[in-house]
Amino acid sequence: MGDHGGIEDCIRVSQSIVQWFRFASPQSFYPLAGRMVPWFWAAAAIFGIAGLWMSFFVAPTDAQQGEGYRIIFVHVPASWMSMFIYLVMAFWAGLGLALNTRVSSMMAQALAPTGALMAALSLWTGALWGKPMWGAWWVWDARLTSELILFFLYLGFMALQAAIDDPRRADKAGAILALVGVVNIPIIYFSVKWWNTLHQGSSVNLAKSSMATTMLWGMLLMALAFWMYSIAVALMRVRAIILERERHTEWVKHAVA
Amino acid sequence: MQWHSVGEFFAMGGYALYVWGSFGACALLMVAEPFLARRRLIEVRRSLVRERLADELESQQRTR
Repeated sequence: MGDHGGIEDCIRVSQSIVQWFRFASPQSFYPLAGRMVPWFWAAAAIFGIAGLWMSFFVAPTDAQQGEGYRIIFVHVPASWMSMFIYLVMAFWAGLGLALNTRVSSMMAQALAPTGALMAALSLWTGALWGKPMWGAWWVWDARLTSELILFFLYLGFMALQAAIDDPRRADKAGAILALVGVVNIPIIYFSVKWWNTLHQGSSVNLAKSSMATTMLWGMLLMALAFWMYSIAVALMRVRAIILERERHTEWVKHAVA
Repeated sequence: MQWHSVGEFFAMGGYALYVWGSFGACALLMVAEPFLARRRLIEVRRSLVRERLADELESQQRTR
């Protein structure tokens, strides 16, 4: 009796796994992504409004940096997302390389511009924070330099894919570049520990955070907003990429009918 | 709340350029990017519709 139930469970689980693999086809992922986009926009707006409220009206003035510290509420989320999106992009690119699944490679391609935008915002807000606090817009510090390299990795990934006409070959070349570049992520993350840098160490620590609780909450809400934004915009872009690359298939001709 | 007036809020304790420069750049890029992504989708859809109309026209001429 128990065995029988076990087999049924197995069948049910494998059926649901097969259901998930169905979304690996561009044809079924295209409408699914379209249905998900508005929900991620809504979540981004809610977290964004709550995060901005916390950032400007609840979080107190910093004892050392005055109001200037408020840049943290966009600087840290943008920096986190620039690193996280890279890992996700490399994961999808690698999956596309290993399993030859088209949607994975398209997803990697859709994530790259958003990752580049986050890296650019991280560098820009960092410069605007560095100037009043350190007296310099830019220093060749390990943290800053490795983040700049991350920005160039995104640009390199996009340029490489754009330079190769055959999309499948472009996917493969891009995947190799993305996977090699992953080594930069731990370098950025641990740079403040490994080297003696001007960039301050992490202020977020679960056991003993150096920040006021309201500051920490503001930052986490803003990070969630940036996260939801990234998913929404990447899903919008992947829909365009799917149509562009599948334009000669029958389903696309029917989809736009 | 630490602000006593709207002017004090916008002055950001003397850090207005840096704080608003950061938040402003984020707002600008995070409005522009979805706009561009949306336009890309609309454009590819439009070209697909044009392609289909051209195909239909061609097949109509052939049957005539």
